[in-house]
Amino acid sequence: MKGDVPACAVHTPANLEEALAFLAAHPDWRPLAGGTDLMVPFAAGRLPDFNFLNLDPLDELRGIELTDTHLTLGALTTYSEIRWHEGIRAAFPNLVQSAWVTGARAIQNRGTIGGNLANASPAADTPPSLLAYGAEVELRSARGARWVPYEAFHLGYKRTALAPGELIARVRVARPAPGAFHFYRKVGTRKAQAIAKVCLAAYGRLEGGRVAEFRAAFGAVAPVPARALAAEALVVSHTSADLDLDAVRAALAHDIAPIDDIRSSARYRRFVAERLFTAMLQDFLAHVG
Amino acid sequence: MPEKLALSLEVNGEARTVHAWPMARLLDVIREDLGLRGTKEGCGEGECGACSVFLNGRLVNSCLVPAVQAQGAMLQTIEGVAKGEALDPVQQAFLQHGGAQCGICTPGMVMAAVDLLQRCPEPSEADVRDGLAGNLCRCTGYVKIVDSVMAAAQSVSR
Repeated sequence: MKGDVPACAVHTPANLEEALAFLAAHPDWRPLAGGTDLMVPFAAGRLPDFNFLNLDPLDELRGIELTDTHLTLGALTTYSEIRWHEGIRAAFPNLVQSAWVTGARAIQNRGTIGGNLANASPAADTPPSLLAYGAEVELRSARGARWVPYEAFHLGYKRTALAPGELIARVRVARPAPGAFHFYRKVGTRKAQAIAKVCLAAYGRLEGGRVAEFRAAFGAVAPVPARALAAEALVVSHTSADLDLDAVRAALAHDIAPIDDIRSSARYRRFVAERLFTAMLQDFLAHVG
Repeated sequence: MPEKLALSLEVNGEARTVHAWPMARLLDVIREDLGLRGTKEGCGEGECGACSVFLNGRLVNSCLVPAVQAQGAMLQTIEGVAKGEALDPVQQAFLQHGGAQCGICTPGMVMAAVDLLQRCPEPSEADVRDGLAGNLCRCTGYVKIVDSVMAAAQSVSR
């Protein structure tokens, strides 16, 4: 344990309003949710922060609401709550898959969706699903609340659209069309407790064999989790008969920018991303809702 | 200046209060302040599961829980798994089926297995492997551990 434990202060607010007022006055205090990301660099002495705002008791940031049109997750919703929720399982299988492959049970019991987004890792497992489903994030501060598309939230490596004094309050996803196509696949060194080398999530809908709607997003192959926008554009409104797969693969090269790091090489990531995308497309175009 | 917390918890059924820094790891509070050395430190970063305990009934890695978030909680450690001298069926099965070698991963394995059998009393082998996926053993491989948990499930359901 190298973190300077005695030097650290923690403020535990009584409710969300007080938390936001505190954060307005102390914008440099680091919000702390389930701790599964922050405690690792903290204990290793690699986290520059010494002051923490303990979000754990804030019930206003908990809860799962599933209506006919939307799923809304409080920021403190844990991976376990997502993974084992029957309604989410039925309508948002990619979210369940994302939660399933994040860490393992003890991590899933503590780690939160809000923490996952605030941590802003390019290799996190939920963001590709959120991008494929077109999720939005609610940011709250003492000044008020605003909804931001998740795509506009994660700005760069470990950088987000959170303004000083803002907290992630909720994540909202529109209910997918019945019979839609859902795809999620993470490639890592092992099934559990691994950080992704490549991750791909997709959501789509066919009408008479023609692609009516399609979104696909990668994790761990760019500085941020990213939509495959160039490739998507070559898929939408096509059928399996007139899809130019070579052009789609070429477009993918523009959508991703993998690097060499301790987990994988750029070359391997590019190869796997292309294979995953191709396999996913074949499933999609053969999909019967 | 930061101050130590008066941290009150129910530990294996007994009310305890210790003084701990708010960002101390629950793992260190358990081992050093509560004096319960059954919970082990392996990796210290949530990968290996050796420090697994139940916090308010949920399996967690105690190395990733700051003490402040355990205020008022119900904590169960490996010391609280046996009922007096009577071992839990999981512990009994680890003994009978050679589920432990060096022993460092064993407390965490037992906690994860107890957690699994609570929510899934008749697990398949795949369920067991999934339930123990967050616990690493560097001695035996996992066959005897999985055998032990399967045997524990059978001994309970019989």
